Amino acid sequence: MRYLPKSDSERREMLAAIGLRSEEDLVSYLSADVRFNKRLAIPDGKSEYEIVDYFKQLASWNANGYASFLGAGVYNHYRPVLVDVIVSRGEFLTSYTPYQPEISQGILTSIFEFQTMVCQLTGMEVANASMYDGSSAVPEAAMMAVRITHRDKVLVARTVHPEYREVLATSTKHQGIPVEDLAYAKDGRLDLDDLKQKLDDNVAAVIVQTPNFFGLLEQLGEIRALTSSKGALLVVVFTEAVALGLIEPPREADIVVGELQSFAISPSYGGPYVGIIATREKYIRQIPGRLVGETTDANGHRAFCLTLATREQHIRREKATSNICTNQALLALMATVFMTVYGKEGLRELAQQNLAKAHYLAGKLPLQFDAPFFNEFVVRTNGQSPDQINTALLEKKIIGGLALGRFYPELKNCMLLCATEMSRRQDMDALASVFVKH
Amino acid sequence: MIKKVSKHIVQNEQLLFEQSSPGKIGYQLPPLDVPDVDAEELLGKGNVRSEIEDFPEVSEFEALRHFTRLSTWNYAIDLGLYPLGSCTMKYNPRVNEVVARTEGLAWAHPYQPDALSQGCMETIAVLEQALAEITGMDAVTLQPAAGAHGEFTGILMIRALLEARGSARKKILVPDSAHGTNPATAMQSGYQVQNIKSNARGMVDVEALARLVDEDVAGLMITNPNTVGVFEENIRKICDLMHDKGALVYMDGANMNALVGVTRPGDFGIDVMHLNLHKTFSTPHGGGGPGAGAVAVAKVLTPFLPFPRLARVEDKWSWNYDLPQSVGRVKAYYGNFGVLVRALAYIMAHGGNGLRQATLDALLNANYIRALIEPYYDLAYKAPSMHECVFSDDRQAKKGVRTGDIAKRLIDYGFHPYTVSFPLIVRGALMIEPTETESKHELDLFADAMISIAKEVEETPELVLNAPHSTRTPRVDETAAARRPVVRWKRLAMVTSQAGD
Amino acid sequence: MSYPENFKYTKEHEWVEVNGNGGTIGITDHAQHELGDIVFVDMPKVGAKLTRGETFGSVESVKAVSDIYAPVSGEVTQVNDLLSKTPEKLNEDPHGEAWLVKVKLSNPSETSELLSAPDYQKYIGEES
Repeated sequence: MRYLPKSDSERREMLAAIGLRSEEDLVSYLSADVRFNKRLAIPDGKSEYEIVDYFKQLASWNANGYASFLGAGVYNHYRPVLVDVIVSRGEFLTSYTPYQPEISQGILTSIFEFQTMVCQLTGMEVANASMYDGSSAVPEAAMMAVRITHRDKVLVARTVHPEYREVLATSTKHQGIPVEDLAYAKDGRLDLDDLKQKLDDNVAAVIVQTPNFFGLLEQLGEIRALTSSKGALLVVVFTEAVALGLIEPPREADIVVGELQSFAISPSYGGPYVGIIATREKYIRQIPGRLVGETTDANGHRAFCLTLATREQHIRREKATSNICTNQALLALMATVFMTVYGKEGLRELAQQNLAKAHYLAGKLPLQFDAPFFNEFVVRTNGQSPDQINTALLEKKIIGGLALGRFYPELKNCMLLCATEMSRRQDMDALASVFVKH
Repeated sequence: MIKKVSKHIVQNEQLLFEQSSPGKIGYQLPPLDVPDVDAEELLGKGNVRSEIEDFPEVSEFEALRHFTRLSTWNYAIDLGLYPLGSCTMKYNPRVNEVVARTEGLAWAHPYQPDALSQGCMETIAVLEQALAEITGMDAVTLQPAAGAHGEFTGILMIRALLEARGSARKKILVPDSAHGTNPATAMQSGYQVQNIKSNARGMVDVEALARLVDEDVAGLMITNPNTVGVFEENIRKICDLMHDKGALVYMDGANMNALVGVTRPGDFGIDVMHLNLHKTFSTPHGGGGPGAGAVAVAKVLTPFLPFPRLARVEDKWSWNYDLPQSVGRVKAYYGNFGVLVRALAYIMAHGGNGLRQATLDALLNANYIRALIEPYYDLAYKAPSMHECVFSDDRQAKKGVRTGDIAKRLIDYGFHPYTVSFPLIVRGALMIEPTETESKHELDLFADAMISIAKEVEETPELVLNAPHSTRTPRVDETAAARRPVVRWKRLAMVTSQAGD
Repeated sequence: MSYPENFKYTKEHEWVEVNGNGGTIGITDHAQHELGDIVFVDMPKVGAKLTRGETFGSVESVKAVSDIYAPVSGEVTQVNDLLSKTPEKLNEDPHGEAWLVKVKLSNPSETSELLSAPDYQKYIGEES
């Protein structure tokens, strides 16, 4: 087998050094009642060519060459060439968690830069080395708020990504943290009256998303005023990181969590992605996951290392801030390269293009909600259902928006459309014409 | 004599923010094919940010140089043996990187129509089946993002089953040799943790276990082989004991690299387990992630698997959400699909036979190292090692040298350290897992290094105590980093010095 | 370092100096030495209730955390601000400047169950 660097003669030499005769002797002491004596029912090993071909085949069963207007938490953005060039370097790809700082300054330095850029982007003071993804970062923020406030209830807006809310529910079910939904108003944004009504002295956190699942900008100022009045923490979620290139960051938040998939992470049918959690300096010891800190080495030079490890599971065990071990280092690196390539001006221009494209398309369609939006928006269908319109669009090799009925039964005649810098005018015109016909 | 490495000059490099300059750009966007818009008019003046303060401003080549220089400061599997115990630092096959980037797979959106996602769904289905076969279990979910995430999913399912039977019960038993994620996970799932001591052979003490198991115990979290690299010889008895009291057994599959093709957890009584695809199944560690934590379950737990599940309808795959007893969703979408592709490619490359051979080679490598260095270091437990061996620093401690120091000196010899001070049941542990993809030559160099260091401890301990000596970065002040944490760069912050001083 | 005669000690390595109904609590020199470089001290707030034998905070080094157990029951009246800014003081002067909290004792008779300085020193001599 081409990955195993041993010849039979080498194996024999090594066995002799151990005092064994064959490799079977390495497992012969296992009792008969645990030994697996059959062949694994897995086909024989394949050549490299066959493996590449197999996945090419599978890929051909997927959508290829379609224009897509899907967003809803996963976005089609261009991936600069430099990203794969850098993360394909073996020193990054095949290194491990930087527990030995003397030989991991490369990854530690880039994570420190990542943490810095996340703070700059979100307006927060400290950020960790990344979370698994946006969806799992939400319950982590909720648990953080519970630890900080010593309260136990959480309110979450219905306009937070529905799957994120499902993950929140699963994660908090057995921690004694009741979660209550907040309604949205006629304009598609958080219903401030509903928030006012449900806020009390037991609420640890209010969780909102901006731009929200419908693509609309939430009114963070008003929300903050309400949460402050009751001493609850404000947790702000984002799923479209590009928005932060142009939109004022959620400085009103106590904790920000989000998804950086937009920053050069392929959609890849749902993962792996990279989440972030960022907060105020005073909460730094409550943040879960890995943290890289600056220090000096024995020669007095600046160096970086993992720090505040006593929050984590490998030391605190059952008293840890979270059970989390892995972070998404390689993907955080992809995002870091993306943010570097685009830079201060580029991220802004990228966001501007997204805004322009989405508003061009939206201008041709009947909008459901009347509030400012970034690159996603909800449209109403007349006559035909969203599914029927999407079927018609597929014939033009266009993947339409997300039919909202699956998550919001009251919006079963609506679909969520997204346009990014990669959306072409001719495809947007084609989509609009199909819509108008139906 | 140090044979594996020699001196070299390595580039210095500042932080991105320190070499930024207004107006330097590394990108160009194509012109808009639609009319431009006025952001303030559309979004409201207060909603438009003035700038992203201090964000990097560098050119394309500076960006490439920056990260390339950083990469040269890292050790990696591609450079040499990385003997971290229980991390299974094996070769990350490059064909895996290629196939994961196949356009139709890499650009698939999780919400695109099922009819246009059959390739992705087939990948998931084939991998689930292969992992079920490898583990001897009845069903697999690929939704969890990592091992700890998989542990959480598994314990949630145990809880759901017991609730359905009448009572979730209160406690989870965890051996004192367990990885920290185990007790942390139990707590997060709403259980109390009760620790069980290991016996003199480093295994779970069956008598002690029998005394602890009662109707309040929901389950046991066991690692097999355990964290001292030894197969739990009483595993069948342990599983029977737990089952007799209506409790379940969770197996932490981090050490699965010792078992593939040789024995199957499902066959010896495990109810639920996780696999770390980034360990046993070769997906790259990438500096700390991503991972994927597949969870395999016995039939009794299948109704509780996270939704959605793949279903075959009229000769096509579709996603089924109608799973009334499911524990819910643990992650958005379907799992770390990109990682799953790599794991499947790994399995395909080996095939059934190859997987078993890989296991035997992993055991061979670990036992070879054990035999070579046993005369010089105190072996923690005499039981046969599987894929990793564990020593204690007792002998060296007499000279004032601890496992952490030996690990640092190993760096001078050109290796990444082994796992230091874990598991906690071994005093000053040295945990070594070579994996099957190391050649005899590399292993001989490692053994030579460890033997040489053992001699240094006797003759010139300061050499070991002050190691490493040859790295670009010497020991780092981790105390200062924890006392006054600085976790981001700031424009006017006190920078103690620039790189390269 | 000497162990003040007028302190009382616990087997978990805390000390308490009693003055009438008030007391000052800290950790012993032996404890700080075992912990190594201390990076953070997690302490209760003023007004918090302590119960003898139960944890009321923790001390962290880079790689370990140790719980601190209350040697006596009472209410916290003062918390040592010095330690939040300079936790290293706990390594330097654990019996003096780096006391942890001051309390109002709710059950002064509890102190009779604690160890005297000579007994504590004998205990740690046996431990090592």
